[in-house]
Amino acid sequence: MTTSSQPMIDQWYPVALASQLPPEGRATQLMGAPIVVLPGEPIRVVAGGGRDLPVTVRYGHVWTSLGEPSKELFDIPEADQPGRRLVEVGVVRVRCSPLRAVENFLDIAHFPFVHTDILGAEPHTEVGKYDVEIREEEDEVWATKVQFYQPQAAKSATGGITTDYMYRVPAPTSSVLYKTCPARPGDWDVITLFVQPLTEELCDVWPWMALFDDETPTTDLIHFQQMIFLQDRSILENQIPRLLPLDPGREIPTRADLTSVAYRRWLKRHLFTYGAQLVAQ
Amino acid sequence: MILYDYILSPDAYKVRLMAALAGVKLDLRAVDVHPGREHESEPLRALNPAGSIPILIDGDLILTESAAMLVYLARLAAPEWLGDGDAAGGARIQQWLSFSPRLTDHLGGARATEMLAEPGDLPALQQAGIIDLRQLEAALIERRIEGQCFLAADRPTVADIACFPYAALAPDGGVSLDPYPSIRLWMRAIRMLPGFIEMPGIHRLHELKPEPLSTETPETV
Ligand SMILES: N[C@@H](CCC(=O)N[C@@H](CS)C(=O)NCC(=O)O)C(=O)O
Ligand SMILES: [Fe+2]
Repeated sequence: MTTSSQPMIDQWYPVALASQLPPEGRATQLMGAPIVVLPGEPIRVVAGGGRDLPVTVRYGHVWTSLGEPSKELFDIPEADQPGRRLVEVGVVRVRCSPLRAVENFLDIAHFPFVHTDILGAEPHTEVGKYDVEIREEEDEVWATKVQFYQPQAAKSATGGITTDYMYRVPAPTSSVLYKTCPARPGDWDVITLFVQPLTEELCDVWPWMALFDDETPTTDLIHFQQMIFLQDRSILENQIPRLLPLDPGREIPTRADLTSVAYRRWLKRHLFTYGAQLVAQ
Repeated sequence: MILYDYILSPDAYKVRLMAALAGVKLDLRAVDVHPGREHESEPLRALNPAGSIPILIDGDLILTESAAMLVYLARLAAPEWLGDGDAAGGARIQQWLSFSPRLTDHLGGARATEMLAEPGDLPALQQAGIIDLRQLEAALIERRIEGQCFLAADRPTVADIACFPYAALAPDGGVSLDPYPSIRLWMRAIRMLPGFIEMPGIHRLHELKPEPLSTETPETV
């Protein structure tokens, strides 16, 4: 690992589903370092040499860090809101940069082409104007007022609707999206992508959801999300270059959408470069 | 007819695909295989002690092997998918039905390891999967020299459906299909069949979308 990846070392990362730990533990990797997630009370995460790493259990997942996180894990207030179904989707391994996995999640323009007839459909391919900002106080990237026409926005949707979205990046490899809830107009469904960086070009992706939906069986909710994410996987594994380009000089990479621009700028500002490549001028 | 199903399972997809091609309606029961491991739960073990899906139930009949399910669906609703009954053709179909679990074990094992982070010896599984693909490629080349594009007859049969999904999903397990032109043509022929359905990772043929001025009814499936 290069020293330039140091700032990302002090972040929290998901490494297992707390409910799915086998008795012998989950042997995995974090940023190239072998670790084991051990079940028990409390759950432990042990690195090579027997060193105990910090542990937080939140949003169904076990979170840890190779360094010393200066902040607690980011808050998702909706996780504690009564009436929501919390859905653990499981893990999907993707041969891509952890930062690319997040960037793809932020990009709405791919819906009609990758999630055809589900999250998007031709000819409704246009993404309208929306707001993007880096919120200084929270130190998070936010995109708001995103609107998009969707044939089947959720498992519970019965026909095409125009969906409102908000996106949030509270940590370099985690993203939270808020979208119109078909069952409760006026409320937001929460869908997250928690990404575990195994190496700079390999990650385990743990989608998780907090939904208002009293009808759909949990298994169907899981499978809807798995189907969507597998469609992304085939795209992600074919992206070139494999590392996310962060231009060290220029501010605005061309041909990237606004949320992606803000995300890259924010990564660069914090030197969150594990999984990135700095493009020389 | 009830199918205990999982959207990411190629063995379950075989049965959904055969049912769609034969025009049989299935009552799908989604099983939380990943991450819930519901296929290993008591109620499902009572149906299938092997703890695998798919499971097909029709009245008293409980089937736990996808190859048997394909034959059952074909016999019920689309007998032409069982070949025309000659000895060699019938044997060839049976040969590929018996071959298909090797694809589940090897290419399917590589896919589970590579995609769902399950434990497994990835290089060994990939190597074994490549041997299977080479056998499939060699057979399809011979068929093509005889002017046929399917595995066991001059038309698609249950043998093709049994072998198609894991071959098509080999890239999910990190095994490229680039070296196998006959397999790729064969997959294309299967994806062109009227009534073809998709699963995550196996797409419809976008490239067959109609030309803007075409007047014929196109195959968009
Ligand atoms: N003999 C079965 C094998 C099916 C099979 O292996 N299914 C996989 C899913 S694709 C399964 O249930 N795996 C259970 C596990 O991996 O524990 C058939 O072809 O029907
Ligand atoms: Fe996507």
